[in-house]
Amino acid sequence: MTNTEQSLHLNYSVITEMIEQKSKVLDLGCGDGELLRQLIDKKRCTGCGIEINQQNVIKSIQKGLSVIQGDIDEGLKEFSDKEYDYVILNQTLQSTEKPDYVIDEMLRAGKKSVVSFPNFGYWRVRFYLFFKGRMPKSKMLPFCWYDTPNIHLLTVEDFFDFCKERNIKITKSVYIKRGKVSKNPLTRFLTNLLCEEAIFVIQRLSEKNS
Amino acid sequence: MQYNKSSDSVGITETKYFTIQDKILLESNEQFGPVTVAYETYGTLNDTKDNAILLLHALTGDAHAAGYHAEDDKKPGWWDDMVGPGKAFDTNKYFVISSNMLGGCSGTTGPCSINPETQKPYALDFPVITIEDAVKVQKKLVDYLGVKKLVVAGGSMGGMQALEWSIAHSDMVSDVIIIASTSRLTAQGIAFNAVGRNAILSDPYFNNGNYYGQEKQPERGLAIARMIGHITYLCEESMHNKFGRRFQDSDKPNFDFNIDFQVESYLEHQGRVFVDRFDANSYLYITKAVDYFDLSKKHGSLKNAFEKTNARFLVMSFTTDWLFPTAQSKEIVQALIKAGRDVSFCEIESPCGHDAFLLEFETQTKIVKSFLAKSRGQHND
Repeated sequence: MTNTEQSLHLNYSVITEMIEQKSKVLDLGCGDGELLRQLIDKKRCTGCGIEINQQNVIKSIQKGLSVIQGDIDEGLKEFSDKEYDYVILNQTLQSTEKPDYVIDEMLRAGKKSVVSFPNFGYWRVRFYLFFKGRMPKSKMLPFCWYDTPNIHLLTVEDFFDFCKERNIKITKSVYIKRGKVSKNPLTRFLTNLLCEEAIFVIQRLSEKNS
Repeated sequence: MQYNKSSDSVGITETKYFTIQDKILLESNEQFGPVTVAYETYGTLNDTKDNAILLLHALTGDAHAAGYHAEDDKKPGWWDDMVGPGKAFDTNKYFVISSNMLGGCSGTTGPCSINPETQKPYALDFPVITIEDAVKVQKKLVDYLGVKKLVVAGGSMGGMQALEWSIAHSDMVSDVIIIASTSRLTAQGIAFNAVGRNAILSDPYFNNGNYYGQEKQPERGLAIARMIGHITYLCEESMHNKFGRRFQDSDKPNFDFNIDFQVESYLEHQGRVFVDRFDANSYLYITKAVDYFDLSKKHGSLKNAFEKTNARFLVMSFTTDWLFPTAQSKEIVQALIKAGRDVSFCEIESPCGHDAFLLEFETQTKIVKSFLAKSRGQHND
């Protein structure tokens, strides 16, 4: 198993653990459908995925999933408000063209949303840029600057600011550090420095209060 | 490709006939009958009568979807790549049914059939039929065969019929496969059909549809209609790949109005072979049925239409298909989602235009097989 596969497995099991039994889920950018498959098998979830890549769509359908080929940057207009218990955006936020719009749409179509992304504030990433003076590459960020799908890289701190500005409440957070799950963060500064990947459950603050 | 006893062929098949004696109430409110249906079946219907797949052909198809009619047949049925033991529509598992559409000219009652009241071909006395009417006839056939639950699958016009099936007989249809199709033709699509019909209607030998038994037939009109059709089934890329600007016989122009370019020769050939197997009146009736089909209009909206369904859906389109473009498949998918239905959608990359649905069988096989493996009809445990 490669490092990337290992971290994916960890990430899938973290998300699967976060989601309640029998939830109705929508997985945005579902890739080959592995996470959705696990959610259905382990948590008896229902739902479907959206994926832009034809080969991945075929792989997902081959796993027996309902998958729609489409571009999440075009929005989720066919999905009604609060139709899903969870809308999931796993390792895809940084690849969207309009991350703010995508998150707005997720929070509209889902009661809760799961967002995960590689943390650009991770110390190794910072060191890479600082010492090598080149765009960081790592197992989470394996691409070159010119061919990367990751066009909107962000840090954990960026995400906190974003949620605050937009009245989004983070109800759960899981940080992955050196291939291990950490649920008890240290200070925000250290979290942003030490975590490679962050997984959040979010929802609209105003709606929770109403 | 000649008939061989390869393990994935359904082998020698035979077209059978079933006659509906009672009159059928058509969408135009006319009572019409009797209707004979030409059909073929492959595989075996199970004891619970729920392993059937009804295949629905495109504009000029027929009941002969798979296998060969004789040992020396040069060509198999129109969807042979997809139908057979171990293929996408696996005849080891499923009872596959294919019938010729109402109004057709390959065995099912159509304008070239004899009107029992006059003992002459119906010609233009044949009633104007719709996709809904065609499905009514197919329903009678399926009931006659004893089928209780079925999957419906079709490309192009066949996809329209599959959609109609899912709405009109939601209690019977467990799964629906819609390939390169639409819930309503674009104005552009109607325009091409209209030009095709005009070519037939203005043929000097058309004789108001009464050309049966005449020395001269409206062959030129029908051939031109077919040429127009073929332009719409291809795309710029596939035409360029097939013919480019190449000349047919030399590398120089002839400086006359005979066939110069390869693409002209191709169209001429397609037109010529078509008149041997198709009836001009059928072309008028069936293209009209396709033009009339409009689920949004009939049900108020596409979402309303799909709220009446009770099936899983698989929708596929092709990147270079401009006759039934991806946007129209997406319209179906979005309405199905709005109606809360289970749907998968894939846009398959292909340089083959609309024709891709009959050519790109490898990708379609992967998708259809996986989709059917999860069929509700088979998983009611």
